[in-house]
Formats: sequence, structure tokens, C-alpha cells
Amino acid sequence: MSVLQALDIGLALLVLAVAVWTIAAAEIFGAVVAYVAYGLLLSIVWVRLFAPDVALTEAAIGSGVTGILLVTSGARLNSAGKASAAAPPRLSLRLSAAALAIVAAAALAGVILTLPDPGPTLAPEARRELAATGLGNPVTAVLIAYRSFDTMLEKIVLLLAVVGVWSVAPDRFWGGAPAPLGRANPQGALVLLEQTLVPLGILVGVHTFWVGADEPGGAFQGGAILAAMWMIVMIARVSEPPSVNSRWLRLALIAGPGVFLVAGVAGLGMAGNFFAYPDGFAKPIILFIEAFMLLTIAATLPVLVAGPPRRSPKP
Amino acid sequence: MNEFLLLAAGFIILTVAAGLFRVLRGPGDADRMMAVQLLGTGGIASLLLIASATTVSGVDDVALGLALLAAFASVAFVNGDATDDGQAQEGNGK
Amino acid sequence: MSVALDLFSIVAIVAGAFFFFAGSVGLLRFPDSLTRLHALSKADNLGLGLIVLGLLPRVESLLGALKLLAIWALVLLSGAASAQLIGRALRRRGGDE
Repeated sequence: MSVLQALDIGLALLVLAVAVWTIAAAEIFGAVVAYVAYGLLLSIVWVRLFAPDVALTEAAIGSGVTGILLVTSGARLNSAGKASAAAPPRLSLRLSAAALAIVAAAALAGVILTLPDPGPTLAPEARRELAATGLGNPVTAVLIAYRSFDTMLEKIVLLLAVVGVWSVAPDRFWGGAPAPLGRANPQGALVLLEQTLVPLGILVGVHTFWVGADEPGGAFQGGAILAAMWMIVMIARVSEPPSVNSRWLRLALIAGPGVFLVAGVAGLGMAGNFFAYPDGFAKPIILFIEAFMLLTIAATLPVLVAGPPRRSPKP
Repeated sequence: MNEFLLLAAGFIILTVAAGLFRVLRGPGDADRMMAVQLLGTGGIASLLLIASATTVSGVDDVALGLALLAAFASVAFVNGDATDDGQAQEGNGK
Repeated sequence: MSVALDLFSIVAIVAGAFFFFAGSVGLLRFPDSLTRLHALSKADNLGLGLIVLGLLPRVESLLGALKLLAIWALVLLSGAASAQLIGRALRRRGGDE
């Protein structure tokens, strides 16, 4: 058995062990921390599966954004005294959930293990048509050129999530701002971290988006990094979550899918088909759309973490 | 040489994962957080070793992204600390 | 020349892996949270630093070397800041270990 195989098997066992611990943990914080560890290990697994784009997304979203979302929610539950109030679910419920999970996992494993040896794939065709799009990264080509309509719908789903989160607020708070993300007196170390890390993070985030046309990266990964940076700024209390009425926030949230939709409809006129790109001009349009998607993702994720408005709007 | 690098990567992942036992035992939330922080740094080291040993491009970008977010989870944890001295988490209305 | 560089890489990487090992052992065996925090920062600084040092001779371009050093600097920065934050959180929580 080669070193690489041993490494892979060790990694797989580790992921399983951490997953088991996440489910078996007795209290919220232990489970959240195990989940963040699970995300980190998964991103190494993605690298081993030759999917650096997914690894980058897993690192940014799984251990970054989801981590803070769960920790913040856990802290709010704890302070409201609701965390341990509910009784643990009945055994029959837990057994049915376990059975369902086992069936789903077995079905997936069965499908993957019984695939013919060169598995059916569209990768050669995807790579062949890359030249027409002008891009160098087949993942970006799939996302924004081959199945662009799907990607636009995904951004609209994010928007629906924001609507869902905001609608939880009581009527009298509508139009106000969410509670501050950070504590009352941020420590010096936190402010220092914010001052030095955030400018670098913004640079790396924009770089990741820009380089995604030809190398692993893209708008989603870059947007997730930018979102994390904005959240650090809010936690350090250098800036507060904007109110839900704020016009620039709402524009930022709809910019991505909006520009995408306009480009798609314009494709009717420019290239003869809904969501088609004119020959030779595809790459600039793709980068243009991606720039606005970057803005939307960077705005949406912190808004989801900040939560519904919790104070009345200023008069 | 590549084999050695991969061996080192595997060794580091397994060692820091052993530290994950702290997530199990605690006794405090800070210890759990520290174990994940160690896992993060170990993960970055392994990714750099794997990047140098294999020819997949973009792996060092993943390490860069992880390095940026390394402190993020700790910041979130400290922020959500239950023994809050100010009422910063909840707004003034309910 | 390249044999000497390879040897240098191997020595540095083994030393780095040793520090990660030491950090893990410290995290598991030290008696109290603050001492465990100390062990953690050793792994961060020296463990990753030695590994980056060992990988420097193998980079293809100046940009690659700068990226490696930037990653190490970022981890140093965030490690130092989180150690401060976690330390103060531990002190504020007092003695509920």
C-alpha cells in the first residue's frame, strides 16, 4: 500500500470519527466545534479528490461562515435559556432518523461503487468547449457558462433565505437594525486583528474571484472570504450591522442575481438565445456578472449571520 | 522526496487529530476551541506539504484561505462567551 | 547542491512535525487551560514556521515563496490574537475548570 493510500484511508477514518462525535456530543458547543473540525478535514479530503475549488469553498463556508453562524446562534440560545430546556428526542425518532441516514448513505455508496471503471463523465466535453468561452477553469465555465441559469437561481435562493431570516422579526422592529454582532468593549487584540487581517483578506478575496477565471477560485469563494472579513469588522465593533431598510444593502443583495438575469435576457438579443453569450465576448461578460455576484455573496452571508432586526427603526 | 512529504503531511494530520480528544474531554469550551485551532494550523501545514508533493494547482490557495480564517472561529467563540460583561448580544427591545 | 537542499528540507520538515507532535501532546497532557494554550502557540509558530522553511527550497517562483511566507505570517498574527482573546476569556471565566 503506497503512502498516499494510507494517508487517504487515515483521513477517511478520521472524518468518520469526527462525524460520529458531532452527532454524539452532549452539548451545543461541543457539537459545533466538532462540526467545524469536520469541515476542515473535509476540505483536505476535497484536495485529495482533486477538487481545489470545492476545498476552498468548504474551508471558507464550512469552517468560517457556518462556524460563526452556529456559535452565534448557540450563544443566543444559551443566553435566552432555551438551549437545555427542550427534552431530548424520543428513541423511536432517533432510530428512524438513523435508519433514513443509513439508507441514503448506502444508496450513495452503492451507486458510486458500482459505476463502470472509466465512470460516465462530461469532463472531456467540458474541457473541449472551454476555448469558446475564453476561460481556463472548467469549474467556472460550468457555473457561469454551461449551466448559468442554475447558478442564478442559486443566488435567488440565498435571497429567499435572507427574506426568511428577516421575516422572523416582530412587526415593531421591522426596518430596524439587527443586534450588534460583537460585544460591548472589544479587546485591543481583536481590534488589532481586524485592522491587520481585514485589508489582507479583502485583497485575497478579490484576488480569488479574479483568478477564478483560469485557476481554482471564483466569485463564491472570494465572496465567502469577503463576507468573513466584513463579519470580523462587525465583531470588532468598528461597524454595526446595517438596518434592513438600508438602500445600499438591498441593492447589494439583489445586484448579483439582477445583473445575471439582465445579462441572460440580453443574450436573447445579442446571441440569439436566453442566457447565451456572444462569440468572442463571453469572458468579459462572465467576469462582469461574477463581479456583481461577488458583491451579493459578500453582503448576503453576513446579513444571514446578523439575523433579524432587534431594535426599532430610528425615526 | 514526494513520498516523504506525503508521509509528513499524514503524520501531522493524525497528530493534530489526536489533539481533537480535547474536544471530547473539555473540560471547558476554550479547550475545545484550542483543539480545533490546532487542527486548522495542522491542516494548513499538511496542505502546503501536499501542494509541494503533488501537481494539483490551487492547493496553496486553499491553505491561504484557511490561514485567513484561522482566527475566525476563535473570534466567534470568544464573542459568544456566555459570561458577558455587557449586554451586547441582545438588543434593547425583545 | 540539490541533495543538500533536499536534506535541509527533510530536517526542517521533521523538526516542524515534531513541534506539531509536541503541541498535540501538550494539548492533551498539560494540567490546565492556560498551559495548553501555551502548547498550542508553539505548534502554530514553530511547527508551521519550520515546515514553511523546509518547503521554501522547493518553490517554483518568487511568488510561491512569498505566498508561503504570507501564510505563515497570517497564522502567526491570528494565532497571537486568538491566544490573547482565549486567554482573557479563560481568565474572565475564572476557575470553572
